[in-house]
Amino acid sequence: MKLTGAQMICEGLVREGVEVIFGILGGSLLPLYDVLPQYPQLRHILVRHEQGAAHAADGYARATGKVGVCLATSGPGATNLVTGIANACLDSVPMVAITGQVARPFIGKDAFQEVDITGITMPITKHNYLVMDAASLPEIVKEAFHLARTGRPGPVLIDLPRDVQIDQAEFNYPSKPNLPSYKPILKGHPAQIKKAAKLINEAKKPVIIAGRGVIVSAAFAELKELVEQAQIPLVTTLLGISCFPESHVLSYGMLGMHGMAYANMAVDAADLIIAIGMRFDDRATAKVSDFAPHAHVIHIDIDPAEIGKNVRVDVPIVGDVKAVLKELNKLIVATKRIDWIRQLDDWRREHPSLVIRDGESLLPQYVIRQIYEVTGGEAIIVTGVGQHQMWAAQHYWYDKPNTFISSGGLGTMGFGLPAAIGAKVGCPNDTVWCIDGDGSLQMTIQELATAVQEKVAVKIAVLRNNYLGMVRQWQEMFYGKRYVATPLSSPDFVKVAEAYGLPGLRVERREEVAPAIQQAMAEPGPFLIDFIVEPEENVYPMVPPGASLAEVLEEPNKKTKPKAVKDSAKLPVSNI
Amino acid sequence: MPKHTIIALVEDKPGVLNHMASLFRRRGFNIESIAVGHSEVPHLSRMTLVVNGANTMVEQVRKQLDKVVDVVKVSDITSEKVITRELALIKVKATSSTRSEIMQIVDIFRANIVDVAADSVTVEVTGDENKIDSLLNLLRGFGIRELSRTGRIALTRGETSPLPVKKPPKAKGQTPTK
Repeated sequence: MKLTGAQMICEGLVREGVEVIFGILGGSLLPLYDVLPQYPQLRHILVRHEQGAAHAADGYARATGKVGVCLATSGPGATNLVTGIANACLDSVPMVAITGQVARPFIGKDAFQEVDITGITMPITKHNYLVMDAASLPEIVKEAFHLARTGRPGPVLIDLPRDVQIDQAEFNYPSKPNLPSYKPILKGHPAQIKKAAKLINEAKKPVIIAGRGVIVSAAFAELKELVEQAQIPLVTTLLGISCFPESHVLSYGMLGMHGMAYANMAVDAADLIIAIGMRFDDRATAKVSDFAPHAHVIHIDIDPAEIGKNVRVDVPIVGDVKAVLKELNKLIVATKRIDWIRQLDDWRREHPSLVIRDGESLLPQYVIRQIYEVTGGEAIIVTGVGQHQMWAAQHYWYDKPNTFISSGGLGTMGFGLPAAIGAKVGCPNDTVWCIDGDGSLQMTIQELATAVQEKVAVKIAVLRNNYLGMVRQWQEMFYGKRYVATPLSSPDFVKVAEAYGLPGLRVERREEVAPAIQQAMAEPGPFLIDFIVEPEENVYPMVPPGASLAEVLEEPNKKTKPKAVKDSAKLPVSNI
Repeated sequence: MPKHTIIALVEDKPGVLNHMASLFRRRGFNIESIAVGHSEVPHLSRMTLVVNGANTMVEQVRKQLDKVVDVVKVSDITSEKVITRELALIKVKATSSTRSEIMQIVDIFRANIVDVAADSVTVEVTGDENKIDSLLNLLRGFGIRELSRTGRIALTRGETSPLPVKKPPKAKGQTPTK
């Protein structure tokens, strides 16, 4: 059967189970868009800026576990995708980005709307292709999806010249990709797993640090079994949030720069760190040379390049988290660690980290807590980047697996709204709240039009403080309160929402918060609430830049010094 | 910082060299030499890179290189038994009075004179870097007009290749490099 290049792309997408694509067309993608109506299985969602397409595909992929797909035309369309692709790359999100390219004879001639997008995205994609022959398309599409979703997931870009979309060729879709040099390691090495089990069984003060790898691998049950069987306290990274029920007695919340004081103290005092599907990001470890100074480290990750990259590792296990934990759990002896857990619970009582001040003023933390109360913790929470993101991570209890979606590695302001649209499109039966700041929202606010046109019922909570709040906090703490370029005159978001065609509410007092959230949830379509919050509220706890996890600031001028840890002598690893 | 020899078997596709070089660049490595050519397997090239860097840094880059989809295998062979060779072409200033002396030196090094002109000779020499450096030092006194070195190529000694390959991959939809 002979098909055009454009048809082959669509056939490939259908065969890979794609249901939704986010994109904007342009000159060099006209042949592809022209055949789209022949494939009603593919729902196209027209965004307002290509960055929104990439973030929406990202949010869709994180919420569903499927590959997110975005489309953009050549030149500026393609470069506008770049931030979204980098974001997906750093957070290991499966994505296929398809860009138009000028026709083959024009490549390299600085033609109209030509950029070398494969060159530009080389360091931020898992792999990319410039298609020079329509006949190679079935194989390329097959490979792209395979690469995006297997191993450590990531974005793959296919650059598609205009004339390749028109060319005809025989269409034979391969059943398997031909990638001889690509073999992700899934099964952990049995000897290493044995070593890890021995360390775990002998540890007095173990702590699990769980990351997004647990969510990607859907190892929720296996992780829970390990935690409960071995009675190991668990903390998560920012992107590990919702890989383990946060109201579980052995969950001690998030670690890191804005993590819970007791979580950081636990890691600092631990004699064994079991790092699962995480990569020791500097925001999680704080000062890396002082990270977990008394602990042996077991590191389970699918990417061999992450082992030993930032933190010295005693027992590396390369493999899929779920497969490794299944094997590991067989060797774990049920243990009670009463003293260690009592110690952590004492720290949790003494350093509560999550107290919301009483009073009149509308605190952003209070808003998050009310969203938690009203939704019953059942919603998918998507955030932008900034103070609101940290409060959303801290003050909502994520008990349902995979319900927290946020830009971690790249810290992309503007991620929230388009990613929330993607998540809602992927999970139409779930309530999706986008918690955003006024600074972050304004970077992609045009996607309100997308939500309205496509009837995507996202609920948007703007925590407006009229500042680029996180940066202002740093200026307050480390730059003598010189607020340079951080004050924002944000618009009336309710009027903006109205102009885009969705209802909105402004909330300025505590007692209005819960009713407003209820009203938003009762509305069938998208809804925006503009919360006017305390402008100079800061995020605490905080580990100042350059400090170690032990030096966490719980509130202004109150430093936590964890008690001296006895029994910090380490077992020599050679004896394991 | 120690010098590392890294060999890589890569698919013969555009962008692979660029990708590899950029992974070194990103970490501030200066690539001392790089040599690429066909390997024993069709569609695969063998690359030899010489870089300066701390052991842990080089190991990290090796792992990152290994993740590149078009890279079949990468090894740091610095501590292994290897044969290394380099080729150099050296154009030396030569007069009728110095030409015979140059020829004697070239003979001692088992090098060849591949071109003779009125005021110069061109010497071709193969060997490890020490040998080429020594010859260069001796010829420097006569005046070196032009010099071109290939950079190191390397294979491990013995029968087994550290880079086994099963089947050659099919060429994908890319413009051929050559």
